[in-house]
Amino acid sequence: MNNLSVEHLTGIKDLTSADIELILNTAETFKQVINRPIKKVPSLRDITIANLFFENSTRTRLSFELAEKRLSADVVNFSAASSSVKKGETLIDTVNNILSMKVDLVVMRHPNPGAAKFLSERVDARVINAGDGTHEHPTQALLDAFSIREQLGTLEGKKVVIVGDILHSRVALSNIYCLQKMGAEVMVCGPTTLIPKYISELGVKVEHNLRRALEWCDVANMLRIQLERQDIKFFPSLREYSMQFGLDKQLLDSLSKRIIVMHPGPINRGVEITSDVADSDQSIILQQVENGVAVRMACIYLLASKIGR
Amino acid sequence: MEKQIILNKRHIDLTLKRLCYQLIESHNDFSNSVIIGLQPRGIHVVTRLKKQLEEILGKEVVCGNLDITFYRDDFRRREKPLIPSATNIDFVIEGKNIIIVDDVLFTGRTIRAGLDALLAFGRPARVELLAFIDRRFNRDLPIQADYIGKTVDTLSEERVSVEWSETEGEDKVILFTPDSNE
Repeated sequence: MNNLSVEHLTGIKDLTSADIELILNTAETFKQVINRPIKKVPSLRDITIANLFFENSTRTRLSFELAEKRLSADVVNFSAASSSVKKGETLIDTVNNILSMKVDLVVMRHPNPGAAKFLSERVDARVINAGDGTHEHPTQALLDAFSIREQLGTLEGKKVVIVGDILHSRVALSNIYCLQKMGAEVMVCGPTTLIPKYISELGVKVEHNLRRALEWCDVANMLRIQLERQDIKFFPSLREYSMQFGLDKQLLDSLSKRIIVMHPGPINRGVEITSDVADSDQSIILQQVENGVAVRMACIYLLASKIGR
Repeated sequence: MEKQIILNKRHIDLTLKRLCYQLIESHNDFSNSVIIGLQPRGIHVVTRLKKQLEEILGKEVVCGNLDITFYRDDFRRREKPLIPSATNIDFVIEGKNIIIVDDVLFTGRTIRAGLDALLAFGRPARVELLAFIDRRFNRDLPIQADYIGKTVDTLSEERVSVEWSETEGEDKVILFTPDSNE
């Protein structure tokens, strides 16, 4: 197996486990590349990539841009705040205008679920989803899987708990698909109001007690409370949430085994995770960011190799 | 498909031994020289050279592997993506004398990519090329080897394959014309 089964990367749901394996293995060699004195390879020097961000982002956007530049692709950036979208242009018109300037691949973040899939069916370019509303964030899930595999050697049979705002999290959904396809067991943990009603249909365990969840797992992925997506109150106060579902050093040290702590960022220190946990040696938050560039290089490299001449 | 054996085990052993002495002639005791094999097939030549050189010199010879996948010029000209192998250069190449090793020198494009890949690691003092087999009439680029195991004259549609006991079960070099459906 040395070719992706998909033409676009819109979600982990469409990938096979062989696809994921291929991406992770390719990312390993790219991680070597970005640790060399010269971090750049000439593979994509005839490819142009547009980064379209209709929603705020720091990490993902920088990570994609660095990945593209380290593959020698030409990059154009676009953010909705300073564009004609504000003047009433539709998504497809915006993208087609950009594509007529000979762009081969589009990386898009959009607030509406399904936007990447919608686009991939209607425009003549490869599409990579960099987060579509509360739906999927495939490259984040791939880099999380890569980071876990790097720490534990394999994903097969490992237990991962995702804690926090599962309802509004695209990271959670992509992670569930990705981890399950790679043979890991997944549990979600959070207040009842922030756990989707039928999530157990996906084959994940549900737990409302953080200590029990942490005792069960090998890896804890702590998610941010996405206040910007919450139109009603889902819990009484951040302080109460943090008391019940926040991870602090005392709780971490009292567990019967050493677990790995992850966070997709941005961190709200003192809410879902305290500073001493975020900065502890059990946390791999910064390694995740480093791996993000390698994983995105792998995704872009593998998709770009399918672009016809 | 008819296969013609160009070199058998005895010839291969002799050739390797000669190459070792040629290398020692210009690199003395290898105190400032390193050998880098190109993935995926050049590394087998390096394994053999390293073993013999160390026996002759009685000291360790520093060797590495270099993967050139991301530096190739045929990306997107193939049906399938090129899948990389491991690079293993855990030493500094700055100021070193480097011998790049590959099994078959054919169009020269692999070596061109190898030079690009190598220079991403630093600025070596000198770079030389050792080719176990040199198909001299098939070059696309102006690249020649400094050390040659055996020169063979071939047609461009023919293939030369260097096989090793570690991977294919027997040391031999074969020349064949692949079937058109291959």
